[in-house]
This record gives sequence, structure tokens and C-alpha cells, in this order.
Amino acid sequence: MTTNNSSMENSTQVPEHCPGTGSEEAGKAAACAGCPNQQICATTETNKPDPGIALVRDRLKSVQNKILILSGKGGVGKSTVTALLGRTIATTDHDLNVAILDMDICGPSQPRVLGVVDEQVHQSGSGWSPVYVDDNLSVMSIGFLLASPDDAIIWRGPKKNGMIRQFLSEVDWGHLDYLFIDTPPGTSDEHLSAVTYLSQAHLTGAIIVTTPQEVALLDVRKEIDFCRKTNIPVLGVIENMSEFICPSCQKSSEIFKATTGGAATMCQELNVRFFGRLPLDPKVAKCCDQGQNFYDVVPDSPAIKSFENIVQELKKLTPVSVVVS
Amino acid sequence: MLDNVKHIILILSGKGGVGKSTISTQIALTLLEKGYKVGLLDIDLCGPSIPYLLQLENCDVHQSDNGWIPVYTNVSQNLAVMSIGFLLNNRNNAVVWRGPKKTAMVKQFLTDVHWGDLDYLIIDTPPGTSDEHITVMENLKNVKCDGAIIVTTPQQMSIEDVRKEITFCKKTGINIIGLIENMSGFVCPHCTECTNVFSKGGGESLASLAHIPFLGSLPIDPRVGELLGKACVKELSGSTSAQFFDKIIDNLVK
Ligand SMILES: Nc1ncnc2c1ncn2[C@@H]1O[C@H](COP(=O)(O)OP(=O)(O)OP(=O)(O)O)[C@@H](O)[C@H]1O
Ligand SMILES: [Mg+2]
Ligand SMILES: [Zn+2]
Repeated sequence: MTTNNSSMENSTQVPEHCPGTGSEEAGKAAACAGCPNQQICATTETNKPDPGIALVRDRLKSVQNKILILSGKGGVGKSTVTALLGRTIATTDHDLNVAILDMDICGPSQPRVLGVVDEQVHQSGSGWSPVYVDDNLSVMSIGFLLASPDDAIIWRGPKKNGMIRQFLSEVDWGHLDYLFIDTPPGTSDEHLSAVTYLSQAHLTGAIIVTTPQEVALLDVRKEIDFCRKTNIPVLGVIENMSEFICPSCQKSSEIFKATTGGAATMCQELNVRFFGRLPLDPKVAKCCDQGQNFYDVVPDSPAIKSFENIVQELKKLTPVSVVVS
Repeated sequence: MLDNVKHIILILSGKGGVGKSTISTQIALTLLEKGYKVGLLDIDLCGPSIPYLLQLENCDVHQSDNGWIPVYTNVSQNLAVMSIGFLLNNRNNAVVWRGPKKTAMVKQFLTDVHWGDLDYLIIDTPPGTSDEHITVMENLKNVKCDGAIIVTTPQQMSIEDVRKEITFCKKTGINIIGLIENMSGFVCPHCTECTNVFSKGGGESLASLAHIPFLGSLPIDPRVGELLGKACVKELSGSTSAQFFDKIIDNLVK
């Protein structure tokens, strides 16, 4: 896995005969002369396998589907979609156990979206107990560990890495049918750490969230490239905020124009599944802001209806072995 | 390298996708319209959007004896642009770097670009309080940086992240110029009713709570997203958005 990481790091303009950052020759080979990264490569230690990988594998044995939620760009609604996925599956099938792991260390949003901001996590003999939003929906987030909402996590990579290892190996989830992992935007330390730690834990795959405009799709293409380089199966793409339904005249308009055909066209180009579109419904946005279950508040929202279809698709791809009728 | 740069302004946000790059670009273009010489530095290593927003996607930067030569948008060389995007050879490629490597790259961006004389250097950042930010702060300590403009959207989720960003600025000793609330409402093109898609006013109340200046709010205007290198103050002059940028700049240059 670690060798994989290092080969990924070569994705920018590097000399043709770049030895790779994992190599002994890194930064020292003839080809390295003049490369803007030469000094960095020469001074960075090569990675060694981390004992955390086995711990994560063992801990997540009781979790059937482990799904990463990714986005290239920030603010596309990744956390909202993660919460919607968790809530929808947990509310529509009480026999399924669902959990959400919030891996956004700098900006954790799950406690708010799920309406459990003031909760705390407890440490027990078998690890950290997550916070229960419902009987069959639990959540873990760094937000529960901060004393005040003003607290900022200003950590460099290695420290974040340690936190992610703990989140993946020390939470006592119990048996789970679905674990959705919410991530920060981009392809950063958090992602590399997660992918490394999950390398032997049989990750089901990733769902990528985007909005329809080209600035967002630009970053999604990079995210798909990242998945391919790290061998994460891309389950599919969800396009969020595809249209805005005016609450006053009920007509639809585009907020973020799909000047290049939106996510559907991009999925075709890159040969990945397109899960569908979610309209922007201010009422759903408000529910998330206030941590309410939209199933209780706005069950008829067109956004919820589109979402149920997406969940059906996802369930077809990720069967759970014990089907209780 | 930054000796001949008169003012340095950072654009920060807690959350991503709040419009940082759009606002950085428009601030740069508005300053340009008003006759200043401007630099725009994009240190979002994972998702550089400035090359796209200015339609400079196929441009290259060159190394010279004086350092990296930025990309200029026109012959009069009044707007200089530098972004990791110029170093990628394929727009689909991901930059997947760990902290130390990013730190080194950002440091190079701050120290090795030959900006020449500039009135303003605008620095667009990735969201959050990550390695890139710590590095920028450390490297700007010895330079006269005017401070940071923080961008947020009105919903609670963003506001919470902005509070963290403000703490970050305070801890790292960076002056906060003020707060901008973006996407404050959407005017329906069918009935002209303005809906607060993500509620409204969160930014202003946070600013007063945190005792930082509130610089104004910018509504969602799909035309702004499509400007691609054109200045809002010129193309959409008279619009709420244009008035907003006029006001922001008047405030800055005061
Ligand atoms: N006032 C506005 N009206 C309409 N669209 C806007 C406005 N501000 C931003 N947008 C759109 O919102 C999207 C996000 O903006 P932008 O890329 O500038 O955000 P960012 O904060 O730089 O994101 P990231 O954190 O991913 O770097 C873009 O599609 C942009 O066109
Ligand atoms: Mg940006
Ligand atoms: Zn309307």
C-alpha cells in the first residue's frame, strides 16, 4: 500500500525517469536534477508498513459495507449527502444497522447535521462508544471531542494521521450493515491515511458527490484519478444541487449551470456509474442546519424522493448478507 | 521576492465551496479595473481553480534565473497569476501529497515566484486549517501581510467552521480584515422572488459576535459563476454583485 502512495505522488510534472519517492534513489537519481521536487524527495523518509493497518482490519470485520464519501471540491454537500444516506437507510429499514464516521478533522459537520452537537463519546474497555442518533444509527466525529465550537484543530499531517487511525481502529461499532465515512474535500493527508489504514479492511468503494458546474467537475476528475491510483472502486457519482425549485412559484432553475453537461456527461466520459441528481431544497438545507430528520419534517420533498431512488441503486450494489423480511 | 509587493491579502474560509476562488478572482480583477498592478497566487494544491476561472488552463510557467515567472493575462502584464494548476500536465490528474511535500511546495510558491512590482498580491487558499495554511502563516510572518478576508456562506454548518478559522487567525497572529457572506440568497429568474437558499444573516451576526468587520453579503448570481476572467464590476455593472465588489475594493484601498 505504501508503495502505492508513493507512486501516486508522482502525478504532477515529474521527470520521465523519476525513481519514485519510495525509492532509495529518490531525489538522488540523475533524472532528479532540476525537478522542482528534488529536495523534498531527497529528504522525505520512505514509508514503512503501519501496524495500524492490521488493527483497522480486525476492528472493521463486523462491518459489512464500508463506503467512503468523497468530493473533489468543498461545499458540494458531501456531509449532507452522507447524513441523508445514513438517515434514509436507517429510517426505511429498521433491521439494518448504520453508522457514520466523520473524518473531517478540521471541519466536522456530522454532529450538527444529525442533531447531536452536545453529545459526548465515552471510552469503554472495548473502545470508544459512538453516539446514537437512533436505535440503528450511530456516529463518531472529532466534533464530540472538542470543548467548544470555536476550537480549531490546527494539526499538521502526522497528527491527523494518528487521529484517523484511532477513529478507524478504536470505535466499538458492534455489528454494522453500512458504515459511511465522510471525508474532507480534496485528496489530502486524511485521504491517504484512510486509504492506507483501510487497505486490508475490504473497503466496498467510494461514492463521489459533486455539483453540476465545471469548476466542481474539474476537481471530481482528480478525485476519480485518485481512486484509480489507490485501487478504490468508484461505486458512482451523485450530482447535488442540480436544480433549484422556487418555493414561491415552484418553477425550477439552475443555480450552478452545467455548462459542460454536468456529472452525467462526465460519468460517461470516464466510464463510471451515475447515481442521479438531487435538487436543492431549501427546506432540506434547513433541516440539516437544525439537525432534524427530514423524514419527520419534509417527507414529501422532491429531494427526498430522488434520494430514495439513489439509495435503491446503492443497495443493489451492496447487498447485506442476512436479509430479514 | 515579496519585497516589491505593497499589500498582501489572504482569502480564507473554514468550509470549502463557499466561493473563495471566485471572490479572489473578482477582487483581483476589480483592483485591475481600478488601475492597480495585481498578483494572484493559488495555493490550493489539490483543487486549483484559478487557471480555469481565468481561462488560463493551458498556460505554462517558466523557471528563470530570478525564479518562477508567473503567467500574465495580457501584454500589459498588470495581472500576474501563479497556480499549481500550471504545473500539472493533465487537468484530470490529482495531486496527492502528504503534508511535508505540500509545505515545501507552498514555501516555493511564496519565495520563488518573481512577481516584480505589485500593488496587491491576493492569495487564494484551500479550505480549512491545514498544512498549507500553517506554512503560509509561518512564511508571511516576516513579510508585511495586510491580513485575511474570511469568506462564509450563511448556513450554520459554514458558520461553525468560520469560528474555527477565526480562532486559527488569532492563534497564528494574523490580522482579520473582515468577513464576507457569500450566497446569501437566490433571485428566482421566473418570479424574481429572493429565496434564502441557505438562510441569511449568519455571517453578519457572527462578525459582530467575534468583533470583526463585516464587509458585506453577495447574493447567488449564476452570471457571476460564468464570468470566467471578466470583471464583474465591468460586465455586470450596476448589479448587486458589481456594487458589492466595488464596495469591497473601496474599503480595501482606503
Ligand atoms: N455569488 C455567487 N453566485 C453564484 N455562484 C457562485 C457565487 N459564488 C460562488 N459561486 C459558485 O460556487 C462554486 C464554488 O465557488 P468557488 O470555486 O469559488 O469556491 P471555493 O471556496 O474556492 O471552493 P474550494 O473550497 O473547493 O476551493 C462555483 O461554481 C462558483 O461559480
Ligand atoms: Mg477554491
Ligand atoms: Zn420563483
